[in-house]
Amino acid sequence: MSGPKLKPEELAGKISHEIPRKRPTEPSVEFKHGTYNYSGTPKSAEYLQLPNPRKWQPTDPDWQLPENWKQIILEGLRDRLQRFRSLQIFMDVCVRCGACADKCHFFIGSGDPKNMPVMRAELLRSVYRNDFTFAGKILGKFAGARELTVDVIKEWFYYFYQCTQCRRCSVFCPYGIDTAEITILVRELLSLIGVNIDWIVTPVANSFRTGNHLGIQPHGFKDSIDFAVDELESITGIRVEAPINKKGAEILFITPSADYFGSPHYYTLLGYLALFHEIGLDYTWSTYASEGGNFGSFISHDLMKSLNAKMYAEARRLGVKWILGGECGHMWRVVHQYMDTMNGPADFLEEPVSPVTGTRFENARSTKMVHICEFTSDLIKNGKITLDKSRNDHRRVTFHDSCNPARAFGLIEEPRYIIRNSCNHFFEMPENTIKAQTFCCGSGAGLGTDENLEMRLRGGLPRANAVKFVKEKHAVNFLGCICAIDKATLPPLMEYWVGGVDVGGVHELVGNALVMKGEKERTTDLRGDPLETNGTAAE
Amino acid sequence: MLKELLTRQKSVIVDNWVRRILGSYPSDSLKFLTSQKDRFANPIGCTITSNAGAIFDELLGESDTGVAESLVTEIVRIRAVQDFSPSQAIRFVFDLKEAIQDVIGKDLRESGHCGELEDLDFRIDNLGLSAFDSYMSAREKVFQIRMNELKSRSLQAMVQNGGVGQDD
Repeated sequence: MSGPKLKPEELAGKISHEIPRKRPTEPSVEFKHGTYNYSGTPKSAEYLQLPNPRKWQPTDPDWQLPENWKQIILEGLRDRLQRFRSLQIFMDVCVRCGACADKCHFFIGSGDPKNMPVMRAELLRSVYRNDFTFAGKILGKFAGARELTVDVIKEWFYYFYQCTQCRRCSVFCPYGIDTAEITILVRELLSLIGVNIDWIVTPVANSFRTGNHLGIQPHGFKDSIDFAVDELESITGIRVEAPINKKGAEILFITPSADYFGSPHYYTLLGYLALFHEIGLDYTWSTYASEGGNFGSFISHDLMKSLNAKMYAEARRLGVKWILGGECGHMWRVVHQYMDTMNGPADFLEEPVSPVTGTRFENARSTKMVHICEFTSDLIKNGKITLDKSRNDHRRVTFHDSCNPARAFGLIEEPRYIIRNSCNHFFEMPENTIKAQTFCCGSGAGLGTDENLEMRLRGGLPRANAVKFVKEKHAVNFLGCICAIDKATLPPLMEYWVGGVDVGGVHELVGNALVMKGEKERTTDLRGDPLETNGTAAE
Repeated sequence: MLKELLTRQKSVIVDNWVRRILGSYPSDSLKFLTSQKDRFANPIGCTITSNAGAIFDELLGESDTGVAESLVTEIVRIRAVQDFSPSQAIRFVFDLKEAIQDVIGKDLRESGHCGELEDLDFRIDNLGLSAFDSYMSAREKVFQIRMNELKSRSLQAMVQNGGVGQDD
């Protein structure tokens, strides 16, 4: 070793155990492996005709931005301030009361103050003040303004891709500032100069190209569904029909593509297939609307609109009466909060009525799209299906409210009603971690990549912490949820923070418990795990 | 003498220690980490505060039960995925020595009982070593999870590419 030898106490004294402290207004970001997402590939960006496609990574000193990048961003911001009155209000109305400050899972899990929603929004607000307000132009940094620089762009990229658009902060904001919308708009601005992440642009490109984010073509889709039909038959002894692209069907069923290609999503797919068979539903799958997830909503209003329109175009082509939607997250935010004014109202479809119970889903009068949990809970309420709860006795269940269905769609009680009717052992997590206050999985809105795992583990700490509590208190071993991203990203979260907790969908539990006419004696659940008891049908 | 002092001054020492640990987070976050007492709203602050007290109690005990190590592990697992270098992540164990010196060091020196600290220092050092093991185990778990995600994605890609109808 070179250099002077230090005594142990001198060496210890040189170790700083503090995060470098800088003024919050000074943009400075260190891209450490595990805490950021890889950039969008030129191939996908070109496919989507996004600006400035090129090979680059966030760790590059030079991001190869267009020469007039600053002008593009400022003009883009001006345009959006004029188009979206909400953005103008969000920029002006915040009084920094701090109500949102400690509500973000990334702040709670990292302790990084720039993850306080108010501070994250301030990253944009400071630029807005500098270039769009009189006070900012005159007083500069004394009015909280700062100049737009390349370092600011890097900081935007870092922090606005640490927001999962879960909207927990919005629940607490007295003005109702929707930080998720600020995030979407900043990402949209970044996209104007070619700053995107791959786990958004490639899934969006795939969704345009083949209908789903995984890029599965119709043949592959059919293979997957056929395989599931075979597997369900081996478990139940019943061969179900799974119509694909059937014109004139009453209902089009749309679900995330992960349901037919991912695990543990797949067991939820088996649950859907069993349920639809049992009630004799006249429905169809679609190879074109083979994706519920709307990755476009993570990055741009235009892409969101196009991908949402695809579902309705397919409903029109197939001539169905209405659409039933599966266990998906942000699909429901788009449908419930944007679709109606973006692509709707869907007047060519009929107001949804359950063909089994006759229930009219008035809440879906305009969008014509019903959530599977609304549909199934209505079946249960009207006694149209028989559920043997004991078939889930090996499951001690808690329920994670997926952010978008809970906060953006208000779907709080229906999944709980289904779980209580499908399982004997159900335990809630603490009140301030569920329902409208639910903690995000930490991986939504395009952040669920392996390269971003450490950041995901930070963001997922509050959720996992609550699961750990019910595991220790009630021996919970199953975390139910109704979102494909949850199903993909909660398992690693459980593996790191909790251990011994499986993740699965609500309709997997339904599929386990569903007593089907003519079925053979069930010896395993839908995962092939042996049942604890061979229970009889619940009375 | 030492045990009596440690017992009497427990809350002051633990407070001092907790302040040192939480001081490793950015100053703008300190108020939240120290004042929010709901364990579900503030898992970092509450885990550190509650585990620090329990670790201290264990160190005062007569025998090693392994409980202190698991309490340390809970804190390490949090810090292992945050913005800390390895030494920063586990330094909090050794901070306890400084907290003890801060609070009762002068009394011990004046009464000539400094030597009694040797045994406690030894136990804290051992706890520091176990923190290093926990840190490595946490990091290995992170990479194992990442590896599993990569493998499953590769498998998925293979299935897709092996299937019919892939166009590129």
